[in-house]
Amino acid sequence: MSKDKEVDLRDRQGRNWIYSDTVKEHFFHPRNLFAPGEEENYQADGVGYVGSPACGDMMKLWIKIDPQTEKIIDCKWQTFGCASAIASTSMLSVMVTENNGLTITQALELRAQDILERLGGLPNIKVHCSVLGDKALRAAINDYFKNTKQHGRIIIEGAKIVDKVLKVTDKDIEEAVLDGADTLEKVQAKTKVGTGDPSCLPEVEQLIKFYRDKYYN
Amino acid sequence: MKEIYLDHAATTYLLPAVKKEMDKYWSKSYGNPSALYSQGIKVARDLAQARGRVAKILNCSSQEIVFVGSGTESDNLALQGVAKALPVGEIIVSAIEHHAVLDTAKYLETLGWQVKIAPVDKDGLIDVKKFSDLMTNQTALVSIMYANNEIGTIEPINDLVKIAKQKNPQIIFHTDACQVGPYLDLDVQRLGVDLLTLNGSKLYGPKGTGLLFIKKGTPIKPVIYGGGQEFGLRSGTENVPGIMGLVKALELSQGKKEAECARLTMLRDKLITGLQIAIKRVNLNGHRTKRLPNNINLTFEDIEGEAILLHLNERGIMASTGSACASHSLDVSHVLQAIGLPHELIHGSIRFTLGRRTSSRDIGKVIKVMPEIVAKLRAMSPVHIDRD
Repeated sequence: MSKDKEVDLRDRQGRNWIYSDTVKEHFFHPRNLFAPGEEENYQADGVGYVGSPACGDMMKLWIKIDPQTEKIIDCKWQTFGCASAIASTSMLSVMVTENNGLTITQALELRAQDILERLGGLPNIKVHCSVLGDKALRAAINDYFKNTKQHGRIIIEGAKIVDKVLKVTDKDIEEAVLDGADTLEKVQAKTKVGTGDPSCLPEVEQLIKFYRDKYYN
Repeated sequence: MKEIYLDHAATTYLLPAVKKEMDKYWSKSYGNPSALYSQGIKVARDLAQARGRVAKILNCSSQEIVFVGSGTESDNLALQGVAKALPVGEIIVSAIEHHAVLDTAKYLETLGWQVKIAPVDKDGLIDVKKFSDLMTNQTALVSIMYANNEIGTIEPINDLVKIAKQKNPQIIFHTDACQVGPYLDLDVQRLGVDLLTLNGSKLYGPKGTGLLFIKKGTPIKPVIYGGGQEFGLRSGTENVPGIMGLVKALELSQGKKEAECARLTMLRDKLITGLQIAIKRVNLNGHRTKRLPNNINLTFEDIEGEAILLHLNERGIMASTGSACASHSLDVSHVLQAIGLPHELIHGSIRFTLGRRTSSRDIGKVIKVMPEIVAKLRAMSPVHIDRD
């Protein structure tokens, strides 16, 4: 990193392509993977997945929850995707299980930005990879609620799903705009919205305009 | 750690003799070829002589060779230059052209030109029937690459020229030959083309050099204006060291092409077979035999290319991928899309391109390390294309 600081590697949009040492560490030495053969007999309390291989990223998350404390006591994952997708999921699995685990309430408060911070940032164009991790976690928790018949606790995202394949919501679009993405192209770079389900693009464009006007006018 | 460079389709190193040739023209024979003193005249003579050497290889006349600043510039001069000299009409380009051709064609569209895309089959070969049907009496320009940079498929340029000229002898045919310099025949009479693009940095010459063959009588106008160098088609003081290097490299790589083709074809096939035996569910992209001797493009199912590249890089091996995750635009390879590969397989594609320094040992190393990398990434992948 020290060398990189001496050189400005950003392009004209201010983006760079360099992975932090933490990202590389988690990519080359991912945490909380299944041991060989472990997956078949793994008794998960909740399983969540998001994405599709056609879009370039797919994540699947298994969690075990202590019903007394409601803490996540174990988390396993699988990811199809690039280094940043793999590192994001690995980091997520560490964050939810470290220090005896997050409670469900704490886990639901975890945001993509928190994962990003712990990773030491991601190249701008790869930020969406961390967003997927946090979605997979929420899906796994919802699955736990379903399995334990706590139907009242299932979080129907206050947000509305815009892209059915990638499960990108209007809230994600809002956050992307808040992060400075003011065009469809930039919002797609962050969220990948529309790569799996292009039919949502007109709606996305309207949303971008709406949030742009709301926050910047 | 020994570095193993397997990205020769991206760019090549200089051959020592090329560098030696170029060294003469930086501080010793540095004169401007347009000058009237002896130093300039000497350089002008060397330049003219070099142009003649290219003409000999391409089997054309010296006045048909224009030196430019890159393969991309050559493609631009070919398409934009001809379009400027003709009334607005139709241009046909293949679906697997380099962006230098595709994006230039897109630009011509803004000038009123109609762009038609010639599709390819699953191996990347031009669909001859569909190509033939695309042509109308409005078709003025065709641009189809000699061999593809991603999948290595070699197009039957001479047959395609014949089909086009039969439809209408006035059609101008351009081919981007950037990938074939060290491997295939560049005789423009045999190919029958009107325009041909070459690039120095893909045939062991310097970066920032290229040339365009322009058959005598082809209507064309310059894109860059100024001092009128290069027969008025490419103004700007000639990059003499670059041109001398390009010409030397072209001679050296063409001179050794039969031997290199034979040697690399063996290594190529060894790598393909070796990986397909060692790893399950590995598919070759591009034509099996009508293929550049140095190109291997494989899809490793269930995993993503950028992740593979990073693991290869840890082991000193340099290659490339068609995955969107490795592109600045997050677009997957348009070439792999054109041959009908679904996105999930494009994301898992890796290209190895061999060259002069590639040894049998290097290939052995790749065959040794790839199974570990693929196993590691597959173990953490939730995707099972064969089961889903």
